[in-house]
Amino acid sequence: MRTIYFTAAIREAFDAAMAEDPRVVVLGEDVDRSTIGSTKGLIETYGPSRVRNTPISEATFVGSCVGAAAAGLRPVVDLMFSSFCYIAMDQLGNQAARLRYMSGGQLELPIVYLAGTGPSGSAAAQHSENPHAILMHLSGLKVVFPSTPFDAKGLLLAAIRDPDPVVFLLDLMLAGQKGEVPAEPFEVPLGKAAVRRVGDDVTIVAIGSLVGESLIAADELERDGISATVIDLRSLVPLDLEAVLASVRRTGRLVVADPARRMCGAAGHIVSAVATTAWDALKAPPQLVTWPDVPMPFSPVLERAVTVRAENISAAARATVGRI
Amino acid sequence: MQHPTELLLQMYAAMTRIRAFEEQIAALFRQGRLPGFVHLYSGEEAVAVGACSALRHDDRITSTHRGHGHLIAKGADLDRMMAELFGRRTGYCKGKGGSMHISDISLGILGANGIVGGGMPIATGAGLADSVLGRDLVTICFFGDGAANQGVLLESLNLSAIWSLPVIYLCENNQYTEWMRTESVTAGRIADRAIPFGVPGIQVDGNDVEAVFDVVSGAVARARSGGGPSLIEAATYRHHAHNEGEEVFSGVYRPKEEIAAWKERDPIRRLRARLVGTDASATDLDRLDADAKDAVEAAVVFAEASPFPEPHEALEDLFARS
Repeated sequence: MRTIYFTAAIREAFDAAMAEDPRVVVLGEDVDRSTIGSTKGLIETYGPSRVRNTPISEATFVGSCVGAAAAGLRPVVDLMFSSFCYIAMDQLGNQAARLRYMSGGQLELPIVYLAGTGPSGSAAAQHSENPHAILMHLSGLKVVFPSTPFDAKGLLLAAIRDPDPVVFLLDLMLAGQKGEVPAEPFEVPLGKAAVRRVGDDVTIVAIGSLVGESLIAADELERDGISATVIDLRSLVPLDLEAVLASVRRTGRLVVADPARRMCGAAGHIVSAVATTAWDALKAPPQLVTWPDVPMPFSPVLERAVTVRAENISAAARATVGRI
Repeated sequence: MQHPTELLLQMYAAMTRIRAFEEQIAALFRQGRLPGFVHLYSGEEAVAVGACSALRHDDRITSTHRGHGHLIAKGADLDRMMAELFGRRTGYCKGKGGSMHISDISLGILGANGIVGGGMPIATGAGLADSVLGRDLVTICFFGDGAANQGVLLESLNLSAIWSLPVIYLCENNQYTEWMRTESVTAGRIADRAIPFGVPGIQVDGNDVEAVFDVVSGAVARARSGGGPSLIEAATYRHHAHNEGEEVFSGVYRPKEEIAAWKERDPIRRLRARLVGTDASATDLDRLDADAKDAVEAAVVFAEASPFPEPHEALEDLFARS
């Protein structure tokens, strides 16, 4: 199969969605040229009515998608950096995530909020955020966080076709990576985790670019005779807890690798879900591999000190089997 | 401008329906029969009715925390509104929304909104959808003077102006931002906030339903023909509290003389005086008043006879596809 870049996979999903449905429009700052290439060239094919550059007014263009979706469009917003979703938090938290429920189900809000996310190399505290835990907590937004170009294309197409608001997080550490992706349109269903590697001793659950780090860690562990399963969550709302529980019931050990701060995070949520429903299956305390609770620092040395890499994940896995 | 008698009587009937509804809510609240808290619209009826009378049935509105009047003016069903206020399953939102969150998508009511200014981007987006999809619909975004100080007003005016969206931003300036005099927290004239965007900014007497109808009709014609957005500031006054029950903490913040002076300019009394002897008899109008009261009383009966939702329904309606 051909291999293409992560951002090219996203662009193909946009192209397929816009070709099949005239209600799909793309909005955001500089979407005509696209800073990372995910919307590049769409304006030539679909024109300026459906590919709209917006002013730097995140609150209003994020919120306007709620009204646009309620009135029959299927808007996709490129927020550029996920840190910027905080500018639009009223519109995400009080409007997009609330209107369907508050109206007793009268509305469908087919919106996709796409954003580059996470550290990308000394981008510092206001351009390195991974806000998925906050968004998961809102209730009312679906959240996807792919780790491969294949899933990026399939999840974006599924998200655009979905009747609910979906936040699509594009891990900036992966934007320059290539992977195998079919040329034709296809969907990866929301809410289904992928088992990337099967092992017997420990289950490593990972998000975004930490899936790749977990696979490196698993190779390293194997050399020491520790066999690891690696689960790529892909989708955080809905969350495939069944896949996690099934694996932990088999291995008895759990490591969660989450590229985000620990406080009230996705990693803690998954560990609590396992502890409260599969306590009997656990042979060792679960381990969380996360950032410490500080904003992302600028200096490469400090950024490296805060972020997670394969050796942190393998160390946590060793701890679960008592071999530190 | 001379308006047909039929239109004037329709507007009178809508205004009295709103007044009857709100006064009934005030009584129910005092009696402790309603959950939560309510913001009443009495005194401001001419704005909602004048504006919605300038719309077609399929046009859209976004509303506010003080939204009952907008919904009734746009044709919302009193029974389902009242049932929602009582938290019943037969309410517009099946008991999940309450006073501040009633919507009726089939009537183009994209929701009352508990967040001050929350409807501005939503209305802007509805205008975007209609523009992209080539429909000739218009959206009115109702908001209060308090919301005029939210940044999304300026962002929405800018976006609507650059894209020539069919949206009318209609500010109901009732002189008080919660419990603060609006001019103490608001620089300049609100209508003037349109000017730097090249958008018409118009002030109107918000207690004169015919004047509101005329000004909004002009803005609607402009928007429908592709001329883009307008900002209208309607001066009015609320007869009730910011929210019912405020007296436990608010103290006296509006001079008695001011309240009395605005009640002298009551929009319903004013229209009535205009109509009696020319377009209608006092008896005709009394009948409309009585019809409104009957409809509201029937709505209370409907609401109180309606079942509460089952507890498990709290978990429904989050996503369209789970």
